[in-house]
Amino acid sequence: MTELTLVQAVNRGLFEAMRSDPDVLVLGEDVGVNGGVFRATEGLLKEFGEERVIDTPLSETGIVGAAIGMALYGLKPVAEIQFVDFIYPAFDQIVSELAKFRYRSGGQYPCHVVIRSPYGGGIKGGLYHSQSPEAYFAHTSGLKVIVPSNPADAKGLLLTAIHDEDPVLFLEPKRIYRAVTGEVPDGDHRVPFGLASTVREGSDVSVFAYGAMVHVAAQAVDALATEGIHAELIDLRSLVPLDEKALLASVEKTGRAVIVHEAPRFCGFGAELAAIIAEKALYSLKAPVVRVTGYDTPFPYALEHLYLPNMERVAHAIRKTAQAA
Amino acid sequence: MAEPTPSTENEPVAVASRIPSTDLLGVYRMMVTSRVVDERCLTLQRQGRIGFYVPMQGQEAAQVACAWALSPEDWIFPAYRELGVALTRGIPLKLLLDQFIGNAGDAMKGRQMPNHYGYRAFRFVTASSPVGTQIVQAVGTAMAARRKGEPIVTVTFFGDGTTSSNDFHSGLNFAGVVQAPTIFFCQNNQWAISLPREKQTRSETLAAKGVAYGVPGVVVDGTDVHAVYAAVVQARERALAGGGPTLIEAQVYRLGPHSTSDDPRRYRSDAELNQWKAKDPIARLKSELLADGQLTEEADRDLWESTKSEVSKALAAAEAMPPVDPRTMFDDVFARLSPQLEEQRLSFEELPSPNPVRT
Repeated sequence: MTELTLVQAVNRGLFEAMRSDPDVLVLGEDVGVNGGVFRATEGLLKEFGEERVIDTPLSETGIVGAAIGMALYGLKPVAEIQFVDFIYPAFDQIVSELAKFRYRSGGQYPCHVVIRSPYGGGIKGGLYHSQSPEAYFAHTSGLKVIVPSNPADAKGLLLTAIHDEDPVLFLEPKRIYRAVTGEVPDGDHRVPFGLASTVREGSDVSVFAYGAMVHVAAQAVDALATEGIHAELIDLRSLVPLDEKALLASVEKTGRAVIVHEAPRFCGFGAELAAIIAEKALYSLKAPVVRVTGYDTPFPYALEHLYLPNMERVAHAIRKTAQAA
Repeated sequence: MAEPTPSTENEPVAVASRIPSTDLLGVYRMMVTSRVVDERCLTLQRQGRIGFYVPMQGQEAAQVACAWALSPEDWIFPAYRELGVALTRGIPLKLLLDQFIGNAGDAMKGRQMPNHYGYRAFRFVTASSPVGTQIVQAVGTAMAARRKGEPIVTVTFFGDGTTSSNDFHSGLNFAGVVQAPTIFFCQNNQWAISLPREKQTRSETLAAKGVAYGVPGVVVDGTDVHAVYAAVVQARERALAGGGPTLIEAQVYRLGPHSTSDDPRRYRSDAELNQWKAKDPIARLKSELLADGQLTEEADRDLWESTKSEVSKALAAAEAMPPVDPRTMFDDVFARLSPQLEEQRLSFEELPSPNPVRT
């Protein structure tokens, strides 16, 4: 075990994968000499060389398209999109190509690419360095969408992603790249996809979150415990595939659900969670499902502290939900 | 002084890279087969026996000669109009017809529109409808092959319209930077649905678009099998020798509609069409073969007739195939069914009758 920040854990995961498998390579903007603008790929170039740590021209469609071509040939590319806000030029490659290759070829052409990208707000990044576009990608059949919330999961989920057989969008909550540290198992540590993790056990309200919001929600849950409200906090970790069992089991236990995410509310990932609860656990509910999310506006620079769900907003929602008749 | 920019003029064709005389009849047969299949498929679409079709008439020389110049180890990244390439690569006609019908023999499992096929065993990557996406993928595959030390090239096919797309530019730029062993084979068939070549770009040639990316561009007469073959052989040799990518612009004409949903009379004149019909690449090669005694009019008639009956036979076999099993709809989204897909598959199978799965 080693105490690491989240971004260091990503870095260790990359080292581990590249050391154990010569087919793993990294490509993206500034990932080589510069070690990535967040230093997630620091040191890789020195150990693995230019053939496996590729500084690409500034073109996201080029990065993802080239990664697809490499994967078709049997390599295991890990592409970095510098900020997820810049992933849209690659949307066609991701949605029309990467996600559909296996299906459209009748299974002849699996296309295993991992796309890592820092996402989310809280770093004063304004409209174009703060977005949470997970719902676009979770809506795309054929893509797995993974969001770690702590260093151990970051390494373990990343290694699972690199050794998976399907394309994976790996969203890294950059706000907690360095703000969160934790013990990370050494070596080939893997955390399976499709398994949520229970961060706090409780019986009064279920709170579902992922990424940086897990920490905001945990603060709220802890604060409410002193008021005698015992909320259960579930970190989804894996949006696709989703751990529906954990979602439903918790709601069946508590009868109340609060969903927290940074992305705008309308058609956000929380809508899917709420729909699943309505379809499969309606009769367990004692109160309406509540979402605490970013507002349906573009991401505001100067007002981000008010736009993002914070401890007070989450606590308010949990309290109201716990007290609803 | 700046260095001179690479030439985009017709490069002189080396005599050594003319198609060997003994291969010419084979090339011609492949072109005839392409034409016969193409015409039959247009009919099949009108009869409602296939849902859609993208014809390639007029582009036979460019496609067959290009594919002829490749090694079977080379990877092909087609667009959706590459029937001549597919046939030359050796993909059995019956398999292609299975795909056009979308039956149980379709390797794509009935998931894609006609013309959107791919066969891993033939190193022919599955096509999609968005234009240009395959270009940058071909560069990635070339990089991967080079990393694995395998001496192959990747060849990607696209049209004049695609040279305006993002991925064309990203692909050429990437390939130039990494000196990828990739051949960019542009069939400039003069029309992107209704948009004529001169409204697509102000660039004097499409091949010139390689210049800024450090990718040599070559313009060839795409109705001349020798010119196409020579350009591809040279590009391939250069790529394998570490000399990087080449952009080839084969100038052809789309004699038919963009697709069976298109009526070209809305946007182009009969006069223009007839001008190009006079340059039909099949007639051109036929004259050469007649002149050098490899073909007679009678043998030619026999060739067309026997090809037509081969196509009929393959079609009968394809039409006798059962339909796609509806249960396969849920396969291949992921390597394994996700719990959500498993649930959807079960609910699909349990639908009340009439249930296509049960009957």
